[in-house]
Amino acid sequence: MSILLSDISKNFGNFAALNHINLEVPEGELVALLGPSGCGKTTLLRIIAGLEHTDKGRVIINGQDKTDQTVSQRGIGFVFQHYALFRHMTVFENVAFGLRVKPRRDRPSNDFITKKVHSLLDLVQLDWLHNRYPDQLSGGQRQRIALARALAVEPSVLLLDEPFGALDASVRKDLRQWLRNLHHELHVTSIFVTHDQEEAMEVASQVVVLNHGQIEQQGSPTDIYDHPANAFVSKFIGQTNIFDLDEHDNDWLQTAGLLQPSQQGKIAHVRPHDIIIEKTDNHHTAPATLKDWQHLGALIRIELVKNESNGSDAPVFAEMPNEQFKQLELAKGDKVKLKVRQAHWFH
Amino acid sequence: MSRKSVMPGFGPTIGFTLLYLGLVVLIPLSTLVFESFKLSWDDYVHIITSKRVLSSFRVSFIAALIAASVASIFGFITAWVLVRYSFFGKNIFHALIDLPFALPTAVAGIVLATIFQPSGFLGKLLSDLFGLQVAFKPIGIVIALIFISIPFVVRTVEPVLLEFETSMEEAGSSLGATRLQIFTKIIFPNIFPALLTGFALAFARGVGEYGSVIFIAGNIPYVSEIVPLLIVIKLEQYDIEGATAIALTMLVISFFLLFLINLLQLWVRKRSGQL
Repeated sequence: MSILLSDISKNFGNFAALNHINLEVPEGELVALLGPSGCGKTTLLRIIAGLEHTDKGRVIINGQDKTDQTVSQRGIGFVFQHYALFRHMTVFENVAFGLRVKPRRDRPSNDFITKKVHSLLDLVQLDWLHNRYPDQLSGGQRQRIALARALAVEPSVLLLDEPFGALDASVRKDLRQWLRNLHHELHVTSIFVTHDQEEAMEVASQVVVLNHGQIEQQGSPTDIYDHPANAFVSKFIGQTNIFDLDEHDNDWLQTAGLLQPSQQGKIAHVRPHDIIIEKTDNHHTAPATLKDWQHLGALIRIELVKNESNGSDAPVFAEMPNEQFKQLELAKGDKVKLKVRQAHWFH
Repeated sequence: MSRKSVMPGFGPTIGFTLLYLGLVVLIPLSTLVFESFKLSWDDYVHIITSKRVLSSFRVSFIAALIAASVASIFGFITAWVLVRYSFFGKNIFHALIDLPFALPTAVAGIVLATIFQPSGFLGKLLSDLFGLQVAFKPIGIVIALIFISIPFVVRTVEPVLLEFETSMEEAGSSLGATRLQIFTKIIFPNIFPALLTGFALAFARGVGEYGSVIFIAGNIPYVSEIVPLLIVIKLEQYDIEGATAIALTMLVISFFLLFLINLLQLWVRKRSGQL
């Protein structure tokens, strides 16, 4: 079901957590709310869920205005960062909870509940744990149970608050993949909150970048990476080199193949893989020195020092495939020429 | 110990614990047991089954049971208010809760007797409104016991409520549960073991309480005479054997009841996955 947020604002005392947020999430998407901590992403998610009241604006789910409904009336599924499983209930009872608390006329039969719970536990591949208590499970298992519990009531939308935030790195990687596959299977409109841009890019079909309570950009992961709307997004998503250029840099701009389009601004953001290195013997025109490099699997990450016109040094990072780097036969301290394939310009 | 524990210091700490238990609990109590051996079995049974003694046991245990139950409800609500809401004067409220701990129980007894006696402020109000007389009746005992045992419940339930994850409640409501369902199915089961501990403490205190009760109870034999008072009466009459026999019986029953409550607690915790 689609979600529409119109003009949402929220203040905590004098602090504006959210500032006139307008957002549309089409049906069946898996959307990431991405931003640094304190940007308001969790508050926005809790407002959609009804766990927090909005000061201003409307929350519309599937065409129905849900702003004044409580969380229990909204028919959403919510997954918490720290799982929030009912620790006095078995895994089975946790998942069955949403069905058992339905009003008597809507409540399914015990047989139905048993069947449904087992099928959900099968879906998260943990049916063998149905007799255990939450304290006896690992973090990854608990979060999968929490997801099964949220899905039991067949929510119109699924909201996940930093669902992998409390897990260790390898479990997190597995669960990301697993969540994406699960979404492909179920197609329930889902929003998850994360501060990890890699996680957002890997899992989501749409990414919404938030900062200081405002939406900076919304788009597909490719869109956001290739066409960042502003300097914040460019810096926050992936790695980037930032060149603050003025007229003294004209020489360097020419050798690098960068033409400065003045109306676009004077700050160039260049991705490490958009920097090409060429070995040079001419020490006078060489704008950079090779400092060090690290293996990142298929890629080599190269640390360079750019010799500024005013005598100071600035670090520059470049990336290239292993093979290509070997062919250059570079050693530490070598002088190199830099070429820039493409840059994003900001003011 | 065949297996080495990671935590050092088991030897000295268990030694200290046993020493403490021995000096403060076991030696005095075993004296009681040895003292009672001076009595023959028949004498013992004769003392214990006398009508006055049986009545006092009934009064003591029933009053303590009722008082502990009421204190559990009141104490739970009080702890809830202290943890969940912030309001003006909360710190003073906190200090007031502990007052019955610090107050000499006799003072509490005299104060309660004064306001609940038929000419007293509350006593007059109750008898005018409901025709109810509290002082010098068994119900007076219950009121005195509630007064002294509420802090036990508040102070055991409070930390557990404080630690309770509110996200569990949020999860419950996101799954469609009503406020009542969240309370009965999520909050209460998590608090129940602590409440049981509070109940046990309140009950134990109530059974042994002397000072606050004797002023308000009226101490009428067969009606409102508590066991501790009967023991004192026997001692004053130099009936050491009689006092010892009653005390020993009291000890055994109390121990048995507390043991039972502990078992119940263990069972509740196991059932709720806390063990």
